[in-house]
Amino acid sequence: METTEVRQKVLDIIADIAMDDDVTTIDDSVALRDQLDLDSMDFLDIVMELKKRHKIIVPEADYPKLASMDSCVEYLTPKFVQ
Amino acid sequence: MNNVYDTIIIGAGMSGLAAGIRLAMFDKKVLILEKHTIAGGLNSFYARKGRKLDVGLHAMTNFAKKGERGKPLTKLLKQLRIPYGELALNEQQGSKIIFPDTELSFSNDLNVFTDDVLEKFPEEKDGFMALLEDIRNFNEVSLDNPYESAKERVARMIGDENLREMIFCPLLIYGSAWEDDMDFSQFVIMFKSIFLEGFSRPEGGVRRVISLLMKKYKALGGEVRFRSGVNEIISENSVIKGVKLENGEVITASKVLSSIGYPETVSNLNEKIELDPKVGKLSFTETILCYNKKPKDFGVEDTIVFYNENQKYHYRRPSTLFDEKSAVVCLPNNFEIDDYEDGMIRLTFMANFDLWNDLSPEEYDLEKEKVLTASKDIVRKLYPQMDEEPNFVDIFTPTTIKKFTSHHGGTVYGSTDKSRDGRTPIKGLYIIGTDQGFLGIVGAMLSGISMANLHCLMEGSN
Repeated sequence: METTEVRQKVLDIIADIAMDDDVTTIDDSVALRDQLDLDSMDFLDIVMELKKRHKIIVPEADYPKLASMDSCVEYLTPKFVQ
Repeated sequence: MNNVYDTIIIGAGMSGLAAGIRLAMFDKKVLILEKHTIAGGLNSFYARKGRKLDVGLHAMTNFAKKGERGKPLTKLLKQLRIPYGELALNEQQGSKIIFPDTELSFSNDLNVFTDDVLEKFPEEKDGFMALLEDIRNFNEVSLDNPYESAKERVARMIGDENLREMIFCPLLIYGSAWEDDMDFSQFVIMFKSIFLEGFSRPEGGVRRVISLLMKKYKALGGEVRFRSGVNEIISENSVIKGVKLENGEVITASKVLSSIGYPETVSNLNEKIELDPKVGKLSFTETILCYNKKPKDFGVEDTIVFYNENQKYHYRRPSTLFDEKSAVVCLPNNFEIDDYEDGMIRLTFMANFDLWNDLSPEEYDLEKEKVLTASKDIVRKLYPQMDEEPNFVDIFTPTTIKKFTSHHGGTVYGSTDKSRDGRTPIKGLYIIGTDQGFLGIVGAMLSGISMANLHCLMEGSN
């Protein structure tokens, strides 16, 4: 899968969780937490949505890899390919 | 396999519905069982003579503006994936705490309260500022805070007993299961929800909140059964198995979330356990007065008044049927947008369940009349210009509360023994709602969400 597609899939999840935030202006290199109203409960939702929608399991030790859009795409792209 | 679920939730109140939404969202097979014919629990609604009336909800605490970060209200909306606008919140105009010699005003802007406190209690400036600082730095939602007396902790900062009582009055009567004191964590939750965040009212009242939750839950595939009271909570060797309904039907689940209260949950267990959570002592009467004119027609703009004529404020079960010396007076017309046809005043007195429960039907009607008279007296004292007789009245008593909530002792704020992490001695059985310890409507929903997350959704919870 192309990284742009992976980005879109992650963005779709974030848009559903942070409903009242504008997700069109996300800076991919900056931590999501610093741009959007996301707390640890919401990151858990991202993890659960990845499992629900794409059957991707993110172990707790890897949660920090979901910090920014760039790191999400880098971490998740190989998992989408599988 | 029809009667096998991942999770059964007992009670379709705010906490049960919120927990149900979280579980259905992540594809759990979930069933909510509700004893009554409608949802809402402690916060419900009814219609009488063409009037749509709310029960429980005076106002929603924890007001937050759209997009305000890290606030309980915005957190819970995100967790439930309900857009902020759907609540259609209207902010309060302004509220008061009225004691014999002093009056304090507050609104959804903390500065209004702070300025009034500093003006009326100038010698308490440092103490009040220290209290605000202490509250801001305290992690009230941590699930392992030990009990600490709020009265003692606040007394170390604020010396004037009158000011302390005035601060405690709204916080106690809007949420404390304890008499005359509360756990400091609960104090901080209540202080933030009332003085830092404030009151608002969803357009359409509690109906809007309940219908939003029900719609969301059903859209996610959640099941709910009304008229389905639980007769027994079934476990084997202290592991949850399911529940038995009043009609004898047995439903199996690996998790049960109970919102019916801690003592009520324990008394429904088929296996006897050592634990005996205390039944709270606080119950209330509520008077609903409807008028042809609106309070604003008489120049009355208060939203909620915490009224006390005793020299010292008593938050405890009165030794009489009700305590006519102090009351919460709510004027639901006085939010930004007034969607009522009538003028309305709701008045709450502390009351003694046992005394109400012992009355004969004739005495009961007589005592209700006395509640009405006392209610009108307080309205007259507060607003002498409102010289109109109500065109409609209705009164609830502690026995009404018992009937509709099944809470032992007609309690509204539940047991004094909370289960902060929701755990019970039965594996797979968890407490949500009032007796888990988060308060108010927002607190109840957050309780359902956090317990569902912690015990049913997080890694390792299965």
